[in-house]
Amino acid sequence: MQNSPPNVKAAIDYLYRAESRRVLATLIRVLGQFELAEEALHEAFAAAVKQWPEEGIPSNPRAWLVSTGRFKIIDRLRRDARFDAAQNDIAAQLEQESIDPADQTDDQIDDDRLRLIFICCHPSLAQEAQVAMTLREICDLSTEEIASAFLIKPTTVAQRIVRAKAKIKNAGIPYEGPPASELPARLESVLQVVYLIFNEGYAASTGNDLLRPDFTDEAIRLGQLLNQLIDDAEVKGLLAMMLLHNARRDARTNEAGDLILLEDQDRNLWDRNAIEEGTSLVRQALTAESVGTYTLQAAIAAAHANARTYRDTNWNEICGLYTFLLQATPSPVVELNRAVAIAMRDGPEDGIKLINEILQRGELTQYHLAYAAKADLYRRLDRNEEARRSYLDALELAQQEPERRYLQERINELPR
Amino acid sequence: MKYLCLVYYDETQMAQLSQQEWDALNRECMSCVEGLQNQGHFLDGAPLHPVASATTIRIRNNQVSTMDGPFAETKEQLAGYYLLEAKDLNEAIQLAERIPPARYGSVEVRPVRELMAEGNVSYA
Repeated sequence: MQNSPPNVKAAIDYLYRAESRRVLATLIRVLGQFELAEEALHEAFAAAVKQWPEEGIPSNPRAWLVSTGRFKIIDRLRRDARFDAAQNDIAAQLEQESIDPADQTDDQIDDDRLRLIFICCHPSLAQEAQVAMTLREICDLSTEEIASAFLIKPTTVAQRIVRAKAKIKNAGIPYEGPPASELPARLESVLQVVYLIFNEGYAASTGNDLLRPDFTDEAIRLGQLLNQLIDDAEVKGLLAMMLLHNARRDARTNEAGDLILLEDQDRNLWDRNAIEEGTSLVRQALTAESVGTYTLQAAIAAAHANARTYRDTNWNEICGLYTFLLQATPSPVVELNRAVAIAMRDGPEDGIKLINEILQRGELTQYHLAYAAKADLYRRLDRNEEARRSYLDALELAQQEPERRYLQERINELPR
Repeated sequence: MKYLCLVYYDETQMAQLSQQEWDALNRECMSCVEGLQNQGHFLDGAPLHPVASATTIRIRNNQVSTMDGPFAETKEQLAGYYLLEAKDLNEAIQLAERIPPARYGSVEVRPVRELMAEGNVSYA
């Protein structure tokens, strides 16, 4: 009964979620442009919905989808050639040039994804465009999700993607990875993108689920792939950071999907193997001549992950690492995290003072975690009215359901 | 004597034109080129894709930096031009890196587009 229609439909849905971006990456290489590849992807899945319930699921569905998508495009260009002769040339060229991808290995498909990441992160594209393109094209995030992760409007993201695609086409950015000589320079933007994918999975910005394990797994997989292909301290640092954060995944939420703070997490649920792997990668990365921002963040995560209990946390080391991190990448979010670490080391008043300084400069005023952090510090000081007001500010800005529930519970717990 | 005539306009203004108006302007350019060609005045010329398609290259301390967009500083003036044939932008960038003034100022790499009777890539 494996191929009965409802099962086939479920299989296609699953394939779409799990494989559509891999299929797209290969189609972009095979067809040479985003528009044709996106059309081919759509056609391939439409054909699967039609054919698979009767013919059964092919033994290599991914290769079938690529092959079918390519064939449908060549066919469509041929049909359009009745009105526009140029289409026939394109179709003939495609047929000649592109090898039928039916017998591709998984390794080649990984290469396609890596190649596509480097195209999306081409230095001729503005960095915001690189990030938006990768999240959209490789990871299939919606423009809303991308916008939320970057605290900008969805229309801005959509515009960035349209312009980036126009530039790739008009300026002639080739569908190739970088030559070895340009690899280091082009790696930095790739790492930033992987980092942001991970963050979106680890602390999903909207919706009902706090965690999107597929995004974290995807980002870690990309990190591991990069680490296999490129010997670079920051690749190791980034992979370590992702492994160390992800090691705490099962302890971060309860059965209801609510957030559990680091302080209250059951450390027995932490994935010791991932912590070991991450810690060993940080150690390797820290021996590099210059220590980068991902390595510093990994070192902070390692300090937390290796503390037996919350009380054993080495806040002094963590404050020091945050100070280095702030020097390396001045950013209000890093400043906020440093303020929280300083509050742990020196007392809540110092933290509140630092957070207020950030907000008074007009930064992070739309960022719910700034108010939530301040509220927690007020609560520790039993300044309940100020805590309530800050929690309400945070609640107004928070878009993530479990976070909203968490904030509401804290408000309810405050003594009247 | 040879003279280089540089064409400037405000892209946002051009974006207001309808596709028909825009194609009509392009056809006007085509007949302008034809007229100059017939009289033996036209040596070379081409329209460019919008500034958004630009890549700027600078070389400082033997380090090449590649950035999106036209980033000539206002104190920099146009000093010359190279019309290059390259298979794609990566090759164009590598060729442009060999232009000596990249070490002093900047080299903006802009793709050339084709004038067409209709269906011209518009600014909108």
